[in-house]
Amino acid sequence: MTPRPVYVMAYAGLWALLLASAAVAMTLGPAHISVGEVWGTLLHHLGLLADSPVSRLRDAIVWELRLPRVLAALGVGAGLALAGTVMQVLTRNPLADPYLLGLSSGAAFGAVVFLLAGAALLMPLGAFLGSLAALGLALAIARLLGGATPSRAILAGICIAALASAGTSLLIFWSATGDSYREILSWLIGSLSGSNWSDVLLVGLGLVLCAPIILLSGRGLDAFAFGDAAAASLGIDIVRLRWTLLAATALLTGVMVAVGGAIGFVGLVVPHAVRLAVGSRHRVLLPMSMLVGAVFMLWTDTAARSLFDPRELPVGIVTALVGAPVFLLILLRYRRVT
Amino acid sequence: MSGLVVEGVTVKAGERSILDGAGFTAPAGAVTGLIGPNGAGKSTLIGAVMGLRRLLGGTIAFDDASLPTMPPAERARLCAHVEQFATTTERLTVGDVVGLGRVPFQSAWQTAPSAHDEAVVTSALAAMGMSAFAGRLYHLLSGGEQQRVQIARALAQEPRLLLLDEPTSHLDIRAQLLVLDVLRQQAQAGCSVVLAMHDLNLAARYCDHLVALNAGKVVAEGRPADVLDPDLLLRVYGVAATIVQVPGKPYPLVIYDSAPNSD
Repeated sequence: MTPRPVYVMAYAGLWALLLASAAVAMTLGPAHISVGEVWGTLLHHLGLLADSPVSRLRDAIVWELRLPRVLAALGVGAGLALAGTVMQVLTRNPLADPYLLGLSSGAAFGAVVFLLAGAALLMPLGAFLGSLAALGLALAIARLLGGATPSRAILAGICIAALASAGTSLLIFWSATGDSYREILSWLIGSLSGSNWSDVLLVGLGLVLCAPIILLSGRGLDAFAFGDAAAASLGIDIVRLRWTLLAATALLTGVMVAVGGAIGFVGLVVPHAVRLAVGSRHRVLLPMSMLVGAVFMLWTDTAARSLFDPRELPVGIVTALVGAPVFLLILLRYRRVT
Repeated sequence: MSGLVVEGVTVKAGERSILDGAGFTAPAGAVTGLIGPNGAGKSTLIGAVMGLRRLLGGTIAFDDASLPTMPPAERARLCAHVEQFATTTERLTVGDVVGLGRVPFQSAWQTAPSAHDEAVVTSALAAMGMSAFAGRLYHLLSGGEQQRVQIARALAQEPRLLLLDEPTSHLDIRAQLLVLDVLRQQAQAGCSVVLAMHDLNLAARYCDHLVALNAGKVVAEGRPADVLDPDLLLRVYGVAATIVQVPGKPYPLVIYDSAPNSD
């Protein structure tokens, strides 16, 4: 019943890495703030330190700008990695990921529709509906092509992503304001710039709602390794599990996109890297992917906002620069099954 | 009665009947062989027992409990299934794959196999002679090795009903005999073993009970010596054969003579 010691150490190491990364990432940026000052500010806001050790401006930079951004990055990375892992098993497709299958683009479109309709508060709902519609469409198109093989699912995803992205761009141009190019970019490519506490709350809610459902399905996902019939004969209610998890994945993707736009490749790269290290037992793979996804996203986002300081890149550019070559490697590795 | 009792099972794919009122029994403590030509319905019958096929009619009971209406998890603790082909794109070791046999016994909250799970997996690997493979990656093994791993996975389910679809199709002759010996031991321990097979001489040698299927119907059932006769082989397989009794051997031997034109 007890997890093997090597995994306990890996979890401890990843958590330590995550906390250290968060602490370091908060010191990076145009204003030079030391690790000590960051911790002092956090302790002050948590009520453990009576007086803030820094000026009001620096306090605001840490508490209102950097901390929400770091937390949003961690949450979005964990969520996207989790969504990608689940989709890869459920579709038996090593290339599945919310971005490549068009879910992220669908979610971005849904979010923009609700945003421009004046229902900014319901934007996450729009993103969820968009990702759900994209998922349904991807599965329907793949079935139309004669069964959801990996290459067909990807082709369906390309089609949906192109359509949804065009729709998003069109909507934003239609309602053109001065900064619409920037806005289009951040929805299509993904950006965490300007993340605030309400974004953090949303990401947190999405994770609290979906992650437990997914993490507790590790046993069922393991049973899917040899296909539906094998899973059924191992006692898994495959129809219920599949729909529950697809809905959870669509919701998770919707929430992450509502906060960060269509950030690509995180859901693809992270699960594959973790799988190479620990194998496909999902009771280990799922939580590890979340942790690695969080750290990966935090560092790509930190790079995106500080590499070309004072200019900021949309983080999606950085994840794509890392992710596209990895995608190619996976394609080559699995060329037999595609 | 104890064991598997299948009665009047009908399964359709679209308009076409795959199984048409098929029924047979597989007694506990015996090895039951399903024989019949390609497309006779052997795999579908096994799938129906496992609850993978929707029944249009008929009943399937194990120890008087109805299998089709049983909750899937409970059924998985009772019966194990070895498919004809089992491939995966997942990155699993042989030990991981055999460990899947413990899934029906684990709770969702369990993060790692229990000591009992590990012990069962170890002995299942040993029974199939695959202990040395435990750390190897499943998808890199040969077809025959994968087949043995899948049988070990089924043994790890500690089943009382074991269904196997041509479990020896990728194995060399020695491995076939070893696998069939293991299945006989399972039967001796009280398990009902049902396997679809093509090699009639191995069926005669290892099965206590034979069920001959043709075009979705059971056409003969009984002891191998009774079921395997030249008339049946001609009718079911379209093959002319001689059945001989080898002195000193308790089981018959089939000698295939020719495949006469049916028209």
